[in-house]
Amino acid sequence: MTRYVIGRLGGVVVILLAVCLFTYLIFFKLSPDPAVMICGKTCTPDRIDSIRDVLGLNQPLLTQFWEFLRGIVAGRDYGTVHCSAPCLGYSFQTNESVWNMLTTRLPVSITVAVGAAVLWLLAGVAGGLISAIKQGTWWDRSAMALALTGVSVPNYVLALVLQYVLVVKLQVLPFPAAPAFADNPVLWFESYLMPWTVLAVGYACLYARLTRANVIDTLAENFLRTARAKGLSRPLILRRHALRPALTPITTIFGMDFAGLLGGALITETVFGLNGIGKLAADSIAKNDQPVIMAVTLLAAFFVVVGNVVVDLVYTALDPRVRVTSS
Amino acid sequence: MTDELFVVEDLTVTLPTSRGPVDVVKDVSFTVGRDDTLGIVGESGSGKSMTALAVLGLLPPGARTSGSVRLDGRELLGQSEGELRSVRGNAISMVFQDPLSSLNPYYTVGLQIEEGYRAHRGGSKRAARQVAIEAMERVRIPDAARRVDDYPHQFSGGQRQRIMIAMALCCSPSLLIADEPTTALDVTVQAQILELLAELQTQTGTGLIFITHDLAVISSIARRVLVMCAGDPVEYGTAEQVFSDPRHEYTRTLLDAVPRIDDEVML
Ligand SMILES: Nc1ncnc2c1ncn2[C@@H]1O[C@H](COP(=O)(O)OP(=O)(O)OP(=O)(O)O)[C@@H](O)[C@H]1O
Ligand SMILES: [Mg+2]
Repeated sequence: MTRYVIGRLGGVVVILLAVCLFTYLIFFKLSPDPAVMICGKTCTPDRIDSIRDVLGLNQPLLTQFWEFLRGIVAGRDYGTVHCSAPCLGYSFQTNESVWNMLTTRLPVSITVAVGAAVLWLLAGVAGGLISAIKQGTWWDRSAMALALTGVSVPNYVLALVLQYVLVVKLQVLPFPAAPAFADNPVLWFESYLMPWTVLAVGYACLYARLTRANVIDTLAENFLRTARAKGLSRPLILRRHALRPALTPITTIFGMDFAGLLGGALITETVFGLNGIGKLAADSIAKNDQPVIMAVTLLAAFFVVVGNVVVDLVYTALDPRVRVTSS
Repeated sequence: MTDELFVVEDLTVTLPTSRGPVDVVKDVSFTVGRDDTLGIVGESGSGKSMTALAVLGLLPPGARTSGSVRLDGRELLGQSEGELRSVRGNAISMVFQDPLSSLNPYYTVGLQIEEGYRAHRGGSKRAARQVAIEAMERVRIPDAARRVDDYPHQFSGGQRQRIMIAMALCCSPSLLIADEPTTALDVTVQAQILELLAELQTQTGTGLIFITHDLAVISSIARRVLVMCAGDPVEYGTAEQVFSDPRHEYTRTLLDAVPRIDDEVML
């Protein structure tokens, strides 16, 4: 088992390095010259040269890449400025440390992701379960019709409609301001309520359909007939024999969805003006702020790759059939 | 006949299908005494499983039944779910065809034996675990005290069926229904399971209904035989009667289909 984990973590490092190199090539090689961008409109060739020198742009590409990697692990110097590890460089736009930009925005994205995940798991799994048990009834049919509609509504449409109705018309919610939780818990909750809901709706609908299908499949399993033939009570049969086999595959999907969201909910954060990783990504792409784009891409890749490993480990713990073969 | 353990009279099972209701079991009657074995034979789709499931109220949703099913004089047909639940796995147990899919892959075999016992007898987890270990020893799973914590996929096919039998017998039922318990197993394992069932039956005095489409198996285990064809009970009598003097054309066809030992020598 330990060997398995170490092997997987080795794989993670290799994949992240590959993503790093790929992103590096795309954004630093194929994009406009960063030195010209930083220098701005009133610029002399001398100044461009010195900027190139400070950024190390005159060195061979691989050396530059190596410096970039070394910066993450050990820090690096730009001219007289020392950028301590983990160093992801400085924004071309604001000169802010990219690492700082990430760490101040990450909590917002995590808050958005966690809140939405709680909502969609509760709504999706509960809805799907009830539908499966009441299969064929009007509740089942209307819930599934609703779920089908919900999956197809784009996030930004839902966000704008909610904002218009709840904030502008009914004025029951403030415009999202994302204050710190400690400063004003009520405003904090109210601010995140809409982003959570908007993000959760699509996933909840998807999970409701998945849960329903899995539970119905499980209810038809032979071992369920065995459980009934043993004289177990219906709640025990559902809880023990139907729910666990039905929900275990959903953990895998959930892990991937959640990891994806940690890398930033681009549309939702932008629409609600939340300063999370998603909005940072959108802004940095709009302004071609290469170090930031690079960092945001790496962060998203990091979450997805690590999420993948975590999901596999969790699955191994949940399904005894996998557990034995992998150890 | 009042001392018969188990009596089925005119049992009819009707299932809803896309082409309207279909009688898959028609006016079936039989009795099983204590320490007695009834064999039910018939080809695939003849209604053997539906007969067995009807007894425990485990038919697919929408199924309708008529007739009478009595255990020790107590009517079972049309009883409430709660009443039936107290009978299932307790007074009447069932063993199914495919032991791998009949066991839940997510739980240890120990837990799956214990939960049935505790549903009817209550008691502590530890006591139930002891019962599970003893039940596994009774069906001769080696090293039962350790293997009780293993998962179904860690056992061989024959062992899994032994575990199903252990599960079925842990509440000492007065009737055991085995629905093709050996069909999914290879021949040598089949013989071992049959031997085990016969042996357990002599020990416990449990009535046994053995369902199969294999006449050779029936002749070795059953005292009485019911032959079914497309839901109809076409022949019912002692094993000697049915095999030596089959009164029905269908039974003769079934008997002709059984490979003889001299046939095998010819190969
Ligand atoms: N859920 C169902 N709905 C409608 N008809 C069914 C259903 N399940 C089984 N049947 C039909 O009921 C009839 C009897 O089936 P049953 O399972 O009792 O046969 P069997 O004798 O046990 O056969 P086998 O040897 O293959 O197990 C078959 O014709 C089958 O097509
Ligand atoms: Mg059958």
